[in-house]
Amino acid sequence: MRRLPPALILGAVLSGAFLIIALISLVWVPYPVDGVSIADRLQPFSLAHPLGTDQLGRDVLSLLMVGSQTSIAVAILAVGIGMGLGVPLGLAAAARRGSLLDEVIMRGNDLIFAFPSLVIAILITARYGPSATNAILAIGIFNIPVFARVARGGALPLWTLDYILAARTAGKGRIRISAEHILPNILNLLIVQATIQFSLGILAEAALSYVGLGAQPPTPSWGRMLSEAQTMIYTHPMLAVLPGLAIVLMVLGLNLMGDGLRDVLDPRLRRGRT
Amino acid sequence: MLRYLLIRALSLSLSLIVASVVIFAVIEVIPGDPATYMLGLNATDETLAALRDELGLGGSALSRYFDWIGGMLTGDFGTSYTYRVPVAELVLDRLQVSLPLAAMALALSTLIAFPIGILAASNRGGVVDYGIMGATQLGIAIPNFWFAMLLVLLFAVTLQWFSAGGFPGWDNPFLALKSLTLPAIALALPQASILARVMRSALLETFSQDYMRTARAKGLSRGQAIRRHALRNALIPVLTIIGLQFSFLLAGAIIIENVFFLPGLGRLIFQGITQRDLIVVESVTMLLVFSVILVTFLVDITYALVDPRLRRR
Repeated sequence: MRRLPPALILGAVLSGAFLIIALISLVWVPYPVDGVSIADRLQPFSLAHPLGTDQLGRDVLSLLMVGSQTSIAVAILAVGIGMGLGVPLGLAAAARRGSLLDEVIMRGNDLIFAFPSLVIAILITARYGPSATNAILAIGIFNIPVFARVARGGALPLWTLDYILAARTAGKGRIRISAEHILPNILNLLIVQATIQFSLGILAEAALSYVGLGAQPPTPSWGRMLSEAQTMIYTHPMLAVLPGLAIVLMVLGLNLMGDGLRDVLDPRLRRGRT
Repeated sequence: MLRYLLIRALSLSLSLIVASVVIFAVIEVIPGDPATYMLGLNATDETLAALRDELGLGGSALSRYFDWIGGMLTGDFGTSYTYRVPVAELVLDRLQVSLPLAAMALALSTLIAFPIGILAASNRGGVVDYGIMGATQLGIAIPNFWFAMLLVLLFAVTLQWFSAGGFPGWDNPFLALKSLTLPAIALALPQASILARVMRSALLETFSQDYMRTARAKGLSRGQAIRRHALRNALIPVLTIIGLQFSFLLAGAIIIENVFFLPGLGRLIFQGITQRDLIVVESVTMLLVFSVILVTFLVDITYALVDPRLRRR
């Protein structure tokens, strides 16, 4: 057993911690986050409120805990959309390399890439109103070409290998070969990409809810906590610092984990990576 | 080369057509009456009818699409419903903030990323390299709007060197540039982190090439070899990323403008959304996508000029 890279361990611990916090917050938080208590508003750090309270008297620690749910849920669903649609498309494109299908799928990919993801989100929310669902859709759509590209890129070299030829002579169809032989062999690539897209999803969700296009009140979200804190930055800077710190730690953890996983799972990339 | 240009130009126009159809469809065709959406539930029948008339909703989707595209091509982006001025005028006005902001951010990120990336690559595996890689890892993880808030906290609230937002106009270029400085830094940080990492790995890639060994063998110092040979070859992937970053810069600018209350394109879009001014949203979105596709096209062309090997692909 090779020694695991330190980045992977640090990253896994960080992201794992947030996942555990999100899970705990499903069943328990120090204070309810839907109650407004004006008497307790804008309190400093204390034993009762370790991270203070916000302008509505809500406990900041509790808000951060529940906010992690929003971030993680949006990012997971967005990655799910991207993988669920992107991987089959990429596999199909690779299975019929050079065909019209391949061409259409890849040009479609380029097109989605041309839209900055935020612009897609803006377009959707402009028409259907802001909500967490629309944020998930907007981030998810942008994930589709990413996974399609990775799946196709990983699958293409496999199609030239002998064992695929053997499977074809055995009479297996392209779809079956893609599912039974290609997919398991590109799983490593997909896992690494999923980690990266997950962290990008967290960032995107934060940005969208910061500008008011993500989860709507009263659902707590880190991005909206930041936008609410901005007006009080002169008097209560901590309210603007803490949610940002949560985002950075979570994203940093995921990125480190992604890098570490890539090192372990894909030895070819171990050197000269970005 | 001509053939390559032609093919690229063809795919450029195709992308633009599809993009415009998508935007048009999302805003105007997908079920739900745009006029009702824009005016809200309390609108009277007369105002609804008047707006439908103004939007040309009476015609078929196809004729409306061609009206819109024809207008866009001739510089008529429609008239904003809330401002009652041509969208083109609004856009031109807002570009005076957004373009300089994006340009400053791009210049800044390149200025930071190049030396850092080169430094890391030439000290590969050393303390400097680890320090830089760690710092850039952090730079990628920081949301730019939060970094912007931290900058405001430090430079506007604590040190009071800069104002926390707003834009004084270009009458006094010094003040105008000053008000764009913090936003540009906030935008540049994540981009510079990514770019520095790409620069580093692209350089490392060239270090193992034969031409580098030859360069050293013929008596060039390490620094000379890097400047004359490695850097030029490493520039190809770096240019790609700079091109790609343009779209991120645009998207980032939309958010950063909101942090600093800068009257740019980003704020225009958001005002369009909150005021349900679909005419503004539709045309400005199309413009943004157009500029992103155009930049990608230009980057591709630049490559082919710089590197003849790429023309044959």
